[in-house]
Amino acid sequence: MHDKRKINWLYTAASLITCILIWQAVAVYIVGNPFILPSFTDVLLAFILLLGSGTLISDLTMSFLHFAIGIGLALLIGIPTGILMGWFEKMFTFLNPVIEIIRPIPPLAWIPFAIVWFGLTNFSAGFVIFIGAVFPIIINTYTGFSNIPKIFVEAGQMLGCTKNRDLIRFIAFPAAVPHIAAGFRIACGVAWMCLVAAEMFGVSAYGLGHKIWWYYHLHQMTNVLVYMLILGIVGLAVDALFRFYIRRSLLRWQTGEVH
Amino acid sequence: MGKVVITDVSRRFFMDDKTEFLALDSLSLTIKDDELVSLVGPSGCGKTTLLRIIAGLDHPDSGSVSLDNILITKPGPRVGMVFQEYSLFPWRNILDNVAFGLEMKKTGRKERYRQAQYYIDLVGLTSFTFCYPYELSGGMRQRVAIARALANDPDLLLMDEPFGALDAQTRNTMQEELLQIWEKQKKTIIFVTHSVDEAVYLSDRIVVLSSDPGRVSTVIDVSIPRPRDRTSPEFASIRRDVLRLLTLLDTTPGKI
Repeated sequence: MHDKRKINWLYTAASLITCILIWQAVAVYIVGNPFILPSFTDVLLAFILLLGSGTLISDLTMSFLHFAIGIGLALLIGIPTGILMGWFEKMFTFLNPVIEIIRPIPPLAWIPFAIVWFGLTNFSAGFVIFIGAVFPIIINTYTGFSNIPKIFVEAGQMLGCTKNRDLIRFIAFPAAVPHIAAGFRIACGVAWMCLVAAEMFGVSAYGLGHKIWWYYHLHQMTNVLVYMLILGIVGLAVDALFRFYIRRSLLRWQTGEVH
Repeated sequence: MGKVVITDVSRRFFMDDKTEFLALDSLSLTIKDDELVSLVGPSGCGKTTLLRIIAGLDHPDSGSVSLDNILITKPGPRVGMVFQEYSLFPWRNILDNVAFGLEMKKTGRKERYRQAQYYIDLVGLTSFTFCYPYELSGGMRQRVAIARALANDPDLLLMDEPFGALDAQTRNTMQEELLQIWEKQKKTIIFVTHSVDEAVYLSDRIVVLSSDPGRVSTVIDVSIPRPRDRTSPEFASIRRDVLRLLTLLDTTPGKI
């Protein structure tokens, strides 16, 4: 077991090193133009310089702010909507047509209205992220609620849990947590993708997405690549953190259950 | 407390081809306080339907069920139920599962844990108090389900083939334990089963239902003193009677 893990780590390292070596070779010997393809060492150097110049932290903070506004709103609105749709059949029939029409509209198509409604503010960026994140949360919450085994509801009723409010709180919600958590994870991925676009239209002077566009205008493609990689790595870290947390706390009971 | 009066209960279902199926046909039955009654009958005879109506989970088309002269119209804590499938809440540990009914009654945390612990001890699962359901075997889970129903102190306990999914050995042990608990707690129990052996071993009376339409065919008193010996001649004789009745009832072509 321990050895297998060690070997897996070796493969991961080998994969990354091979990729970097090929990248470096192609950039230096084949392309030979850092504007078209900056090499790995160029990017590393630029990253160290950017660390020194100091906007990196401000960019990260600003992006997290936009992300938090979007995801926060999506949870606040998505979970109750999903619960209503999953628990009350009439609410589903009432809300579903609207949701199904709005859902296919790409979140980025909302940018003009985001600006008209909220101006060039952080909230405006948060709104676009919200649009991207809210639907996976609604749909997964709804799916979780409509798939609750009937036996749990009946067992609850027999034990005196008979009001809708109590059934939702004590039976349906905990039973749906795995679905809701999966929806949240998908929403985080979509939100992270919307972040770049939402920041590109210039709501603030900072932000990871904003800086990509900014350095593009300055023709500093090496810095563009640095910020792209940061987006990838931070996105990965957020997802890993979330998975770690979920496994440890929320879903302890799910171990060994077949789903 | 726990006298059940079933009066003229009828329940029909409609099949896919619009034909009617009379699951229960003006069925009447009275069950005395603290009595342990088994319902047996060929499959499709409405045993489970009857049990669900007594639980308040299903409603009769006509007739009524009362418990201590109060009509049962919806599920509630006066009636406890142990289901055939595993019905424990997988997100709650054993203690919180057993304490669920008390939590719904707004019993304080300390008090409800004290009471829940008593029932966990009663079913012999003291060392599993903080385990989650997935960590328990099938027999243990049903024991927890029994403890959970008892912790709510219902006047009537319904059991829908609670040991149906267990192996023969575990099943016999569970039957003995159920009787011990019943001696201590004195509850009215209505027990649905497919196993004639189980019915004879447990019951004060065995109610044999016929199918299509579902009616009470025969009621058999089991007066053998407990603990009962499954190999004794009296036991075998009652078993034979019930089996013969069931064979007769099963020859009528029934719908599913």
